[in-house]
Amino acid sequence: MKHLLGIEPLDRDEIGQILDAADAMLEISQREIKRVPTLRGRTVINLFLEPSTRTRVSFEIAAKRLSADAINVSSSGSSLSKAETLNDMAQNLAAMNADVLVVRDRTAGVPAMLAERVRIPVVNAGDGAHEHPTQALLDAFTVRQSLGSIEGRVVAIVGDIAHSRVARSAIHIFTKLGAEVRIAGPPTMMPVGIEELGVKPCSSIEEALDGAHVICMLRIQRERLEGALFPSVREYSRTYGLDLRLLRLARPEAIVLHPGPINRGVEIGSDVADAEPSRILDQVTNGVAVRMAVLYLLTGEQA
Amino acid sequence: MKSDQTAASGSDESAPDTSRPDPDATGRVVLDGAGIQRAVARISHEILERNGDPETIAIVGIESGGVPISEMIGGRVREISGAPVLLGSLDVTLYRDDVIGRGKRPVPHRTRMPFSVRGLRVVLVDDVVFTGRTIRAAMDAVIDFGRPEGIQVAALVDRGHRELPIQVDFVGKNIPTSRAESVVFRPSAGGDYEVVLQ
Amino acid sequence: MTRWRVRGARVLDPASGLDEVVDIDVEDGRIAGMGTDLPGIPEQVLEATGLWVVPGFVDIHTHLREPGQEYKEDIASGARSAAAGGFTTICCMANTDPVNDSPAVTEFIQRRARDTACVNVRVIAAATQGLRGEIMSEMAGLAGAGAVAFSDDGYTIMDSSVMRRVLEYAKGVDRPVIAHCEDLALKGATAVHEGAHATCCGLPGSPAEAETILVARDLELARLTGAHLHVAHVSAARSVELIRDAKDAGVRVTAEVTPHHLALTDAVIRGYDTNTKMAPPLRTARDREALRDGLADGTIDCVATDHAPHAAYEKDVEYTSAPFGVVGLETALPVVLDLVHEKRLSALDAIRRMTCAPASLLRLRAGSLEIGAPADLALVDPEAIWKLDGPELQSRSRNSAFLGREFRGRVLRTWVAGRAVHGSDETLP
Repeated sequence: MKHLLGIEPLDRDEIGQILDAADAMLEISQREIKRVPTLRGRTVINLFLEPSTRTRVSFEIAAKRLSADAINVSSSGSSLSKAETLNDMAQNLAAMNADVLVVRDRTAGVPAMLAERVRIPVVNAGDGAHEHPTQALLDAFTVRQSLGSIEGRVVAIVGDIAHSRVARSAIHIFTKLGAEVRIAGPPTMMPVGIEELGVKPCSSIEEALDGAHVICMLRIQRERLEGALFPSVREYSRTYGLDLRLLRLARPEAIVLHPGPINRGVEIGSDVADAEPSRILDQVTNGVAVRMAVLYLLTGEQA
Repeated sequence: MKSDQTAASGSDESAPDTSRPDPDATGRVVLDGAGIQRAVARISHEILERNGDPETIAIVGIESGGVPISEMIGGRVREISGAPVLLGSLDVTLYRDDVIGRGKRPVPHRTRMPFSVRGLRVVLVDDVVFTGRTIRAAMDAVIDFGRPEGIQVAALVDRGHRELPIQVDFVGKNIPTSRAESVVFRPSAGGDYEVVLQ
Repeated sequence: MTRWRVRGARVLDPASGLDEVVDIDVEDGRIAGMGTDLPGIPEQVLEATGLWVVPGFVDIHTHLREPGQEYKEDIASGARSAAAGGFTTICCMANTDPVNDSPAVTEFIQRRARDTACVNVRVIAAATQGLRGEIMSEMAGLAGAGAVAFSDDGYTIMDSSVMRRVLEYAKGVDRPVIAHCEDLALKGATAVHEGAHATCCGLPGSPAEAETILVARDLELARLTGAHLHVAHVSAARSVELIRDAKDAGVRVTAEVTPHHLALTDAVIRGYDTNTKMAPPLRTARDREALRDGLADGTIDCVATDHAPHAAYEKDVEYTSAPFGVVGLETALPVVLDLVHEKRLSALDAIRRMTCAPASLLRLRAGSLEIGAPADLALVDPEAIWKLDGPELQSRSRNSAFLGREFRGRVLRTWVAGRAVHGSDETLP
């Protein structure tokens, strides 16, 4: 594994390796001295071309717990292409002598395109509607932690599948690890050809949740999509929001995941967000461990 | 012991994955199950003799070869003293000098240190002590869990060739070796453990 | 001037149906004879056994970028690129800067072509002023200045009323209208074809219906007006069906397909190579099959390259921000020859789709071999295996969708009016 550009290119063993390493990393975060010397003197650049405090902070903590220096380069708003070409950007980053490049961009493909242009490992921290691999890894880690295994489990992903990188990465990781993956959401948010990824599209949230072990709720971009892809937030939350009544359709041991930040009362009811099955805060803790594992595994000896 | 590829899995601590001989390859058994039991018993007695109060001792196995031995020693110490003894395990992969930076990337195991080491005498347990680098990494790791009263080292086999100023306080057997040989602690066919020289 | 001969080549002239091994003589830049026992002794002879001699290709869809975007291409470099691909006549689109919506720009381009281009350049003028799809351009004046067709290519005339008037008026000046069919609202800000590949890549896609809705509308308007509609770069299977039905019903419609739509599918977008981004987008394997079938059965009349050069730095950006388009002149022949190698098309029909077919639908005097006509010829090795690396491209830009690809079939030499414009080593004609 030279880069982590998505879950799609990974095989089961590679995913298992990251999750196993993350288990060891999780223990480090529970210590009084939360730091190991493994990446001493190494530099991680967090290139965040789309604002995202949570993911950036998570990567930053992960780098620091491994003793690496984390440098944040962020820019909000306009597209990269207005500023410079990908090659120019790659050469600039290379000149900083970083050891790992973590990239978040509003456009699909930018981490992959930069990976072709730099010599260091690139980690995709979310690119447009493409993938968000560390989110999927922490989701899988959280499921393993809560339910012990993933093979044979029923995972329901609910919300805006079409515009969600979280959904794509989750679909890849859970199907690769042998789960049954169902998706549900407004028909305007179901991407064309999604069934080719081995998921079962459901016509209602009820159908998706029936007997599910894991419920992944996606964040709705209300500002961007209201009116275009669904009529109103009120109708969305009534039709596709998760409340305690719907939760009863799932298995008794079912857990609820959400990539955060949550829209209380929109895709997820406040009662559910704070209920026992919710693993939303575990996901944040596990996110650091998974990102430590990724940074550790990618910084190994390069050919 | 498990035959995975992690750094700490090797009885031969020289490097995470130097061309290790096939674990199934026959070698000369230098310590059989009974011999290991005798060594464990002797080491356990020595630990208690030297440290006195078992409640101030923590027995910490180094992943992965040292862990089963630390459990054997822990059980013996409890038996002999009649008092509970703290048991832990350390994975030192993330502290190894051959892993730090751009080294190889073995998958680390979870460390289990369910206690603070402050004021304790920590006995690090490994299967085979060779260059001393694993023990060095383990000492760094232990200190991240607090300031112990002292650190001691117990090993089933000391095969020499130290590269660092590390001594073994409690040794099961000294086995003179050449650098080309390897010493492997592994489960034996009879469901027990054995140490072989290859 | 001298008389020279190409000897022993297989000569293919689809206009006359000739497909034989004959010699061909050129004197004073014109074809002086074709046959097996030609009279006279030529001063030079080119031995061409195993090779093909064909009429120089005709491209009715080229973006030459001059005036205004000479950093991408200019008329001279675009003509060199054409020559390297065996083209001897190319027709340039109107989306220059300034837009070619006035006789002055049309005349400027023709003058620059006479002065700098090594192949024949014909001009397609804008159908509406500024390509804005609102007010029609001065078509009579433009036709008088030399425009051979009208097109807002690159943009779609979304207002059906404007499109109707454009067709009617163009009919009055006896020129076809070349339609770029993409429903701008349905296409939105998308970059690729909507399907499993776009979904996996997370790239916004538009359905084939973005094209077919406009194809259907324009066919209805062609039926209404009786004008000659030419559908540019057909990309969808359903468009082929619509055009086939309209032809059967007697609508005056012709159509073209690009080499990249014949060769590639949307699977190639997976690597985010911005040289796979063009409008209309590459579609599914089923669409590609329908395009090949349509070209074979004549529903699609001709191949046109939609040669659209862009500077490397313009393409070296995020996929969604990159400009649409690829260069195509220098790789068109082997892509079409693949259909011959796969027995989907006869050699004569393949050459027809690149020569007399496009020439006749714009009524250009080109694309055939006639005694006394200017010797616009290409010498082709149909079996040559070669790989496109990039630097060998004569275009000023290298945004090819085929970089790194291996081809079978290559243009060895191109002559315009008997003068070698590509592949000559000076000792030979």
